[in-house]
Amino acid sequence: MENSSYRETGRKRLWLPWSGRRGARVPWRLVIPALFMYGLVVIYPAISAAWWSFTDWDGLSPQKHFVGLENFRTFIHDGQALASLKNTFLLAITVTIVQNAIGLLLALGLDANIKSRNFLRTILFAPAVLPPLIVAFLWQYIYSSEGALNRFMAAVGLGGLQQNWLGDPQIALWVVTATVIWQFAGVSMVIFLAGLQGVPQELKDAAALDGAGAFQKFWNVTRPLIAPATTVNLILSIIGGLKLFDQVFAMTGGGPGYATETLSTVIYKTAFVSGDYGYSTAIALVLTVIVAAISLVQLKILRSQEVEG
Amino acid sequence: MSHLRYGSTNMILEAVMVAVTVVFMFPLYLLVVLSLKPQSEVASSPLSLPQGLYLSNYTQAWASADLGAALVSSTITTATSAVFLVIFGSLAAYVLARRGTRLSYGMYILFLLGIILPVQTAIIPLYTLMKNANLLGTYTSVVIFYTGALLPFTIFLYTGFLRALPRSYEEAALVDGASHWQAFRRVVFPLLRPVTGTVLILNAITIWNDFFTPLLFLSGTERETLPVAIFSFVGEYVSQWGLVFAGLVISIIPILIVYFMLQRYIIRGFASGLKG
Repeated sequence: MENSSYRETGRKRLWLPWSGRRGARVPWRLVIPALFMYGLVVIYPAISAAWWSFTDWDGLSPQKHFVGLENFRTFIHDGQALASLKNTFLLAITVTIVQNAIGLLLALGLDANIKSRNFLRTILFAPAVLPPLIVAFLWQYIYSSEGALNRFMAAVGLGGLQQNWLGDPQIALWVVTATVIWQFAGVSMVIFLAGLQGVPQELKDAAALDGAGAFQKFWNVTRPLIAPATTVNLILSIIGGLKLFDQVFAMTGGGPGYATETLSTVIYKTAFVSGDYGYSTAIALVLTVIVAAISLVQLKILRSQEVEG
Repeated sequence: MSHLRYGSTNMILEAVMVAVTVVFMFPLYLLVVLSLKPQSEVASSPLSLPQGLYLSNYTQAWASADLGAALVSSTITTATSAVFLVIFGSLAAYVLARRGTRLSYGMYILFLLGIILPVQTAIIPLYTLMKNANLLGTYTSVVIFYTGALLPFTIFLYTGFLRALPRSYEEAALVDGASHWQAFRRVVFPLLRPVTGTVLILNAITIWNDFFTPLLFLSGTERETLPVAIFSFVGEYVSQWGLVFAGLVISIIPILIVYFMLQRYIIRGFASGLKG
């Protein structure tokens, strides 16, 4: 009704640009499909999971018994779960540091004036679009006892260093870690490259004219300017590392022993192999809290950088 | 850029970068050459170029892993989910970006929460939900999952784009008597094309490559997607690497074709779009 009265007075153009007025508002109902799907797939199950983690539900019986903190008490005495917690952190931190160091070096190399930069960038990024499962199987062969790595070492006279790479509990986790880094170093690289393209050439030149060495130039000029890209990279790689499932599941299944179990593989096994749904959701809750805490801290850092920038 | 001289330093750097890339790509070289070798040659000389093109690895892998069916499943799952995500995500973002109220901001934050939550948080109750609804083993289960789970990221991208898009276009349509729905469909949505491209590509890659969800929802059925089909195939023919690698190569060909066709947009999407 108000619409038409405004239209009659010919004032529509005057008030329409202001979103605060009634007639110009986008109707809420357009958000309903998304809200419904999100509620069904994320909100409702997440709330259920939070409740289940305090029960002993086995996935089948009609009743869920409230057991208080029993599942979390089990967690801190469970050798498999604790091993997975340690492995998950070791893996996520190593991936974060090494993947970003490699990604940064590649980005610095490609940011220079070289002719093949676009081509090399395309090639180096390619592994990142492949299914992680496929990459895991490729590397499983490379590390197998008759695989490419041992063959290569024999061929170059390093036969003494041959290993059962995935069968040795001291090495297996690092082998999986290396696979992840190989696949996703290209992601770090393109995010750093995007950051580097925002560094004005004049600044880099000016630093060079002042006689600054390459490392000083990088540390004092480039590094502060690519700080947002660094933060994004750190968030992505640490969270990706914390959630890792496919590569472990395919390459080692968590073994030998518990040497490569991650929180994700233990969550899967506890629910779908042992049928202990309550305990599994409790472990998932631990993972959720870790991931959420790290994300929030890093987002805060990102915000503060953007304000300064 | 004229002051950027291509001198000897650049030439050395270029050589180093090319060498690094060659080493970096060696695993993919192995993937291709081993897929073309019979088992005896895989064992005797794995690192060299193949003596001939042993294509029966490919025909055998195609048949034993039922890769044709898996390709169809992956395509249906990915395409359907990606389309739902574009429709639901863009509509929701239109509301969230245009209504400047506390409620709409709160709702936006609620959606963003979903970017932080790992899949593992919700997956067990969701699995039970699908089981009770008799949806396990159906395309519906995975499409519902992807649509809900990837909406936060989709809405994040659309809302960011819409906030920077002037309102004057849709207002002109509203002045001409269009409803909000019509203004969205005919004016706003076409203007969203660049971000729709990013959303489609990034979601499609995520869905196509996902292993965990179809492992839970589809394994053991004839609707297994490529990663699940490959997983059981490798389990069956373990250490027959020539055959296994032929299966792996077949399963990555579609995504590599898309990647090399759209690499500029995909890399740009990863470099900018992932800033969550």
